[in-house]
Amino acid sequence: MIVPTMADMMAQGKQPEVLFWVGAAGSYDDKAKKISRAFVKILHQANVDFAVLGTEESSTGDAAKRAGNEFLFQMQAMMNIEVLNAYEVKKIVTCDPHSFNTLKNEYPSLGGKYEVYHHTQFIQDLIKEGKLKINDTTLKGKRLTFHDPCYLGRANEVYESPRDLIRKLGVNLTEMKRHKSTALCCGAGGAQMFKDAEAGDKEVNILRTEDALETKPQIIATGCPYCKTMMTDGITFKEKSAEVEVKDIAELIAEANNL
Amino acid sequence: MQYIPNILFAIALAVGLGFFVMNIRKLSRNIKLGKDVDRKDRKSERLKNMIMIALGQSKMVKRPFSGFLHIIVYVGFIIINIEVLEIIIDGLFGTHRVFQGIIGDAFYGFLIGTFEILAALVFVTVIIFWTRRNVANIKRFLSKEMKGWPKKDGNLILYFEMVLMTLFLVMNASDAPFQEAGVGNPISQFFVPLFEGFTPENLHIIERTAWWIHILGILVFLNYLYYSKHLHILLAFPNTYFANLNPKGQFNNLESVTNEVKLMMDPSADPYATPAEGAEDEVPEKFGASDVTDLNWVQLLNAYTCTECGRCTSSCPANLTGKKLSPRKIMMDTRDRLEEVGRNIDANKGEFKDDGKQLLNDYISPEELWACTSCNACVEECPVNIDPLSIIMDMRRYLVMEQSAAPQELNMMMTNIENNGAPWQYNQQDRLNWVNEE
Ligand code: HEM
Ligand code: SF4
Ligand code: SF4
Repeated sequence: MIVPTMADMMAQGKQPEVLFWVGAAGSYDDKAKKISRAFVKILHQANVDFAVLGTEESSTGDAAKRAGNEFLFQMQAMMNIEVLNAYEVKKIVTCDPHSFNTLKNEYPSLGGKYEVYHHTQFIQDLIKEGKLKINDTTLKGKRLTFHDPCYLGRANEVYESPRDLIRKLGVNLTEMKRHKSTALCCGAGGAQMFKDAEAGDKEVNILRTEDALETKPQIIATGCPYCKTMMTDGITFKEKSAEVEVKDIAELIAEANNL
Repeated sequence: MQYIPNILFAIALAVGLGFFVMNIRKLSRNIKLGKDVDRKDRKSERLKNMIMIALGQSKMVKRPFSGFLHIIVYVGFIIINIEVLEIIIDGLFGTHRVFQGIIGDAFYGFLIGTFEILAALVFVTVIIFWTRRNVANIKRFLSKEMKGWPKKDGNLILYFEMVLMTLFLVMNASDAPFQEAGVGNPISQFFVPLFEGFTPENLHIIERTAWWIHILGILVFLNYLYYSKHLHILLAFPNTYFANLNPKGQFNNLESVTNEVKLMMDPSADPYATPAEGAEDEVPEKFGASDVTDLNWVQLLNAYTCTECGRCTSSCPANLTGKKLSPRKIMMDTRDRLEEVGRNIDANKGEFKDDGKQLLNDYISPEELWACTSCNACVEECPVNIDPLSIIMDMRRYLVMEQSAAPQELNMMMTNIENNGAPWQYNQQDRLNWVNEE
């Protein structure tokens, strides 16, 4: 798979149209790496002129900020902004709603002003521009439910882009009782991903998995690497791994298009 | 002698309104204890929010049953209070139903008739509210933080409204000339038989008594607001006006931090440079919030506006899975502490004397704060646009930046970010390995 870096591009005197911000999960986490690869395949299929920062990318600082460490967040932000501005980046796409939110909303006042897209929005545009088609036969008729990532949904009110793509897959979308603005969190946000939960009577991801299982899905789709991990763990806990898959929308599209 | 009722009335009105003004002053002083935050921008958007959300109750009806009931009480109560205007004029000038003569029997009858029907509707609705609170097992009314005063307060308001509505109807029913005219009494006419056989004098006494208790009740109610979650009937309006308009995922960037980070990152910056004008005698700013005075005024306004409805808590993932965190409790604690600080200032001649307490630990525990997933469900859900999450975040900031008191695993996560640019312990040089793993 060919994934050019900004440094390569620069060396060749090229300026890619869009930067793919991979994010820490997309770079290091096994389940999330699959999302990154699926998305790159889609970018290639649509002939998108893109690059990544590679080893020059660093944590956006989102997790540090939500944990309360504004210092660390702003240090990360300023470092990243320096790199991004040096490459004169204008447009960014990412598969991680947390990076999406931070880059889009929290970087501008620190000097980082970019057009930022979540990959579901970006793919939607590719389709609108006629650069990509989704094959609606591969997954036709499968029962699917979509889990709204908090940082995509409530945080930025992106509810339709992922659903629009899901409809194009030809699957049978059944919404959970709590969806869109009333969706329940998967339990990972606010730096919870990196710590044990406080004492309670249940894990949040189990409750959310139960929401999803009520729709009797074959596929639980989501648009966030952390949600994917949480929901996958929930399915494993419920011993449903044989019947239910948890996939990011990018993975589903790559699968549908046999990429 | 004949002016005694007028004088008594004027005194009652002056005392009632006087106390009310005092309460509002205190309220506004307490809210101003908060830090500044700019909410003067985007006025038309703010106005639109206020009109839709407070006036138009748009977020209330997302829970259709309680939303619909509330609209009856809300509309009923506001409209019926037009009648208060007449009562005040009558009381001050010794007139009786002064509007009747001005606007004519037919229209007056129509107005009072409408009020009567609304009063009856409000009465019935309030009974349903009471049943929901006390008989039906509705989880959001039964949480821990709803024991004691909050529960009593919730019920007291309902009793208040029942009594006020009843007095309004009794006052009309016992008004013999009004009943004889026979316009505007669609409900009160059914109460008339209750007073059959009363002498006109006694009937008049009943009418006067109901009239007096009604208006005194309203004045007491007005002054009760300050002590109650019922303050929302006023504050819902400014609260929705001043609410955050940015995307919910956008948390503010602390400026004080920005300045320090810039200094740290800029090798040419002179740390001993003379500070910018006006900044000379600034105390080093405290990062985050450990007490109510570290919060901003909108957060404090939020606390006073909270209706304690619990919609936030009933959608909170942490609360739903049995954790201690309840966004409603965060708001109630903030208000309780703010009240305590306000009383302290009153008792010490306008100067806050350290009482060894603060919002953190004495009211809100770190355990609650760390259970939040920052999912914004509470913010989305609040029918009056309160933002409990912003308080949670400000308090986390204090815990981490002033006390280094993050949970151990989070400290590890942050160390990793510092050392290798990812929350996990991976080598920065391996950041692109995913490309070739298949
Ligand atoms: C004159 C105006 C108003 C009156 C008389 C009024 C009356 C009431 C009453 C009696 C309750 C208690 C219901 C119960 O016992 O469950 C209540 C609750 C509430 N009110 Fe109001 N209200 C007024 C204005 C408003 C406004 C402008 C808003 C803004 C949207 C609002 C939002 C709420 C909310 C969120 C609750 C909690 C109720 C729930 O759980 O559904 N109110 N109000
Ligand atoms: S943001 Fe925090 S307090 Fe609010 S609903 Fe989500 S977990 Fe609960
Ligand atoms: S914060 Fe809002 S949703 Fe929560 S109890 Fe108060 S008024 Fe209700």
